[in-house]
Amino acid sequence: MNPEAHITGSETTASAPSPITVDIRVSVNGDRCPLTVDTRETLLDTLRERLDLTGAKKGCDHGQCGACTVLVDGRRVKSCLTLTVTLDDREIVTVEGLADDDGPHPLQTAFIEHDAFQCGYCTPGQLCSAVGMLAEAAAGWPSAVTRDTGGRAGDGAADGASDRGDDRAGTGRGAPPGGGIRLDDDEIRERMSGNLCRCGAYVNIVAAIGEVAR
Amino acid sequence: MRPFAYLRAADAPSAVAASAERPNTMYLAGGTNLVDLMRLGVAVPETLVDVSRISSGAVEESADGALLIGAGVRNSDLAADPLVRRRHPMLAQAVLAGASGQIRNMATVGGNLLQRTRCSYFQDVTKPCNKRQPGTGCPARAGDHRNLAIIGHSESCVATHPSDMAVALTALGAIVHVEGADGPRTVPMPGLHRLPGDEPDRDTVLDPGDLVTAVEVPPLPFAARSRYRKVRDRASFAFAVVSVAAALDVADGVVRDCRIALGGVAHAPWRAETAEAALRGSAATEAVFARAADAELAAARPLADNAFKVPLTRNVLVRTLIDLVETS
Repeated sequence: MNPEAHITGSETTASAPSPITVDIRVSVNGDRCPLTVDTRETLLDTLRERLDLTGAKKGCDHGQCGACTVLVDGRRVKSCLTLTVTLDDREIVTVEGLADDDGPHPLQTAFIEHDAFQCGYCTPGQLCSAVGMLAEAAAGWPSAVTRDTGGRAGDGAADGASDRGDDRAGTGRGAPPGGGIRLDDDEIRERMSGNLCRCGAYVNIVAAIGEVAR
Repeated sequence: MRPFAYLRAADAPSAVAASAERPNTMYLAGGTNLVDLMRLGVAVPETLVDVSRISSGAVEESADGALLIGAGVRNSDLAADPLVRRRHPMLAQAVLAGASGQIRNMATVGGNLLQRTRCSYFQDVTKPCNKRQPGTGCPARAGDHRNLAIIGHSESCVATHPSDMAVALTALGAIVHVEGADGPRTVPMPGLHRLPGDEPDRDTVLDPGDLVTAVEVPPLPFAARSRYRKVRDRASFAFAVVSVAAALDVADGVVRDCRIALGGVAHAPWRAETAEAALRGSAATEAVFARAADAELAAARPLADNAFKVPLTRNVLVRTLIDLVETS
């Protein structure tokens, strides 16, 4: 068992149990961060309240709106449902970490060019989600609207003759030979359904992501 | 949220041992349901044992051709796995029909099986609920039950099981591998999830401290042509109103074999054994499919506001079977 949780603060009482804290190390936008975290703390609260990274937004706090989306080890996740204590040695990227020395991330530029927001509250989550989503499609991951070929391009049937398929040892699990999934508007809408926009800027969000995807 | 201790398990036996040593322990994997239930005050563990890093994160093929899916496999990896997509497309489709991209990246196979109902009374600690607090009553029977069970429910509980993945696994006859206080054992599906009876607080046959370590999907060649069809209130990112997982083996216009399970209709993923029996050896026609669906749903006992689910389930099942015939 590791890490061993240790108890801080005064003696536990029945009415108000003391917080329990654990020491972890995480990387946030490339910076190493040693942290002592309350086991109850979510990644969203750690980012916003302790690391002054207020890009990720608290919308519903129940995993239903996507405004808190960030990347953990390159995968998009909901930071409101992620306990920070579970993230020891993980790499976290927030919307503040998308731009580099050359300027904004292409998705950020596309969102501006396509007017893909009104109030902007959902935008950091939309951007991080889109970054993760494009990587998933490039890896050949199907979605609910993909006409799935079982990982083989141009073969709609499952013949069962070569189940192990060359792709399994190739560029990535599930990646069809020759590349990823082509993202039309239906694919983008389905894959981005975990991010709500109450202003209803979806048409322009889909266009912005589509421009970068294609 | 009440403070809780946190331990990270290195392997399944040590996770089970840690659970046995401490009172009121829960396992944490993806956390997409449990963390929310803790925030709502529905789950109040004193210790979380994190099992998300124990080595069960792969889909492997066993010598007899079964697929062994580690309990820690993320939903997104399961749905993208080439073997799963070719051999059991209904399983990949079911996973992709559930939740959102972010949640599928977090949620695990084991956690998906053991997620709790989304019945609004269960999730609201200010309301009575026999599942959350046995003996307090079930306001859903006279209240909001539009999306609750139509079959197999009891006076004490009309909740539905929310998983899409579990519906496909029930159709496929999956075998759940469990590590318990007395060592490893297996539990077949259907058979993992219970009907509510007078113990609706027990979703499954597992005992406290039991840990799901893997899900085995036995070989089923005709499932290479299978389908998961889900009806919901919006186009994506919503729980099923009803769903159907079906595999059909048709030769010369006759159903040689079939597997059917229904979602969104009961406290457990519902294996449609009556419909399956009616179909085996029968002509693969719409009229026969409709009779089989009606036979299955003869046991339905809808409530005042969810009677629409009975014809909806019937129609979705018939259409799914027709689609399977037309694509074969």
